[in-house]
Amino acid sequence: MLTSADLDTLLLTGKIAGIATALMLLIGTPLAWWLTRTSSPFKGIINTLVALPLVLPPSVLGFYLLVLMGPAGPVGKLTVWLGLGTLPFTFAGLVVASVLYSIPFVVQPLQASFSSISEQALEAAATLRASPLDTFFSVVVPLAKPGFLSAAILGFAHTVGEFGVVLMVGGNIPDKTRVVSVQIYNHVEALEYSEAHWLAGCLLLFSFSVLLVLYTVLKTQPVAHPLK
Amino acid sequence: MTTIQACFQLDYGDFKLDVDLKLPGTGITVLFGHSGSGKTTLLRCIAGLQRAPQGKLEINGHVWQDSERDLFLPTHKRPLGYVFQEANLFPHLSVQDNLHYGLKRIKQNPGSVKLEQTLELLGISHLMQRMPEHLSGGERQRVAIARALALNPEVLLMDEPLASLDFKRKQEILPFLSRLHQQLDIPVLYVTHSQQEVAQLADTLVILEDGRALASGSLSETQSRLDVPLAQDREAATVWQATVAEHEADYHLTRVAFAGGSLSLPAVDAEVGTPLRVQIYARDVSIALEAPTATSILNVLPATITGIADGRDSQSVVLLRLPRMAEVSQSVGNRCDQVGNQTLLAYITRKSALMLGLQIGMAVYVQIKGTSILN
Repeated sequence: MLTSADLDTLLLTGKIAGIATALMLLIGTPLAWWLTRTSSPFKGIINTLVALPLVLPPSVLGFYLLVLMGPAGPVGKLTVWLGLGTLPFTFAGLVVASVLYSIPFVVQPLQASFSSISEQALEAAATLRASPLDTFFSVVVPLAKPGFLSAAILGFAHTVGEFGVVLMVGGNIPDKTRVVSVQIYNHVEALEYSEAHWLAGCLLLFSFSVLLVLYTVLKTQPVAHPLK
Repeated sequence: MTTIQACFQLDYGDFKLDVDLKLPGTGITVLFGHSGSGKTTLLRCIAGLQRAPQGKLEINGHVWQDSERDLFLPTHKRPLGYVFQEANLFPHLSVQDNLHYGLKRIKQNPGSVKLEQTLELLGISHLMQRMPEHLSGGERQRVAIARALALNPEVLLMDEPLASLDFKRKQEILPFLSRLHQQLDIPVLYVTHSQQEVAQLADTLVILEDGRALASGSLSETQSRLDVPLAQDREAATVWQATVAEHEADYHLTRVAFAGGSLSLPAVDAEVGTPLRVQIYARDVSIALEAPTATSILNVLPATITGIADGRDSQSVVLLRLPRMAEVSQSVGNRCDQVGNQTLLAYITRKSALMLGLQIGMAVYVQIKGTSILN
């Protein structure tokens, strides 16, 4: 059975993934829209940066984040100056890392969805007196609804599944940074295979259901389209 | 009475637009040209969907663009209606919500009465709850027209609204457009490459080629300009505004009056006094030096030659002017012809033109073999 410590890790994982997903949608939506519409020379660079976590080993990303956000890193100095302390090994730090790690899974479905919206629909809205911002909320968002759903689901699921970044940035602190994937690792290290089974089973079921929903209900294309 | 002044210069390297047009503030102005002539670009510049670096646009005294003053009103601030080639309805909204999309965003709501009338006119009142995907192409385009008109725009811009429809659907919508034409009091700019639509709808005609306006003026004036390719085309024709004068039931004929006399047509199902557009193809017109006394052709009219040009394939295009008949012209509301003098094109062989010794200024008789009624 799941122990109460296991349940705590599940809850914490859900909390982190939920907050990270909300932040990713907030940042990812304007970013994806800009990437879809722009002809700026920086487009290629930004696209690359967004997609980088897809191919980078999580430990590499975690390592750099640790250095950047640590007391000697520029981000760490800034957060200390702001009175926030340093981020590594805190809940907030884990959220920041999760956002960076999972953002391609939010931005790319949104981009795909946005680029399928015809220029004509936007022009029609303009001829019907809708300002660009108004058009975004009244035409783009409703038409890109499946994109938003798959972005949210993928972003959430991918955050739940992370391990390497968590280990580097978050450590293994109960109730603060100990998430499910780390807890499974702990169980296995302690040869508690039965407990590991329960948690691993939960994650397997969760991931399977999420993808099933994506492919059957939302009819999304398989995820392997990272650099499209 | 000029209320639309549009002057644009735009250079995309392989395509240039350079026009300076003054257009009337009423009726339908057709922007006619082949693909690549710049007609759609011109319309998009007027709508502000495309920004010409050099441009001045004034509608009803309001300046929408003036590149000298760096003034450019974005599309959503221009009081216009725009109908796209594809209906371009919002797929996530019902017909009703599509119609209300613009209405919700304007300050002076013209009220539901106005919308009701438009729906009635376009015959789409019964479609309100449908989603766009469940409409036929023709219905979709009618909803798009209603959606644009619902805003009570100061000018209606239509970009080949019939081009994506098959022949049957075109025939379904054209009568609606003709009816709109009679009821709308705002200027309409209508882009097309179809001569049929020109003949049926245009009051003013602008002919575009390679981004320039070759000719611009009233329909009959522009149609009968010999220096414009239109007059040399196989389909060259003139359109007369006429009214139903009398029915000859015995012969299954209808006599219609126009500013220069009258014509006998195959019976028309319309009341006496109904305005009609009669199209006369140049190939259906022949010329005689003397009044033919024994001929099966009913429509023989006196005319004066005002121009001769070479057409294609050893043909000659002859431009003729019909004398004005005072008593008739008074009873005919001629929106098309400010002058009142009807012009006519005749397509004859060059040999005939030589044998008859046709010259500018000669008084001749024209025999009209066939006519078609456009509405």
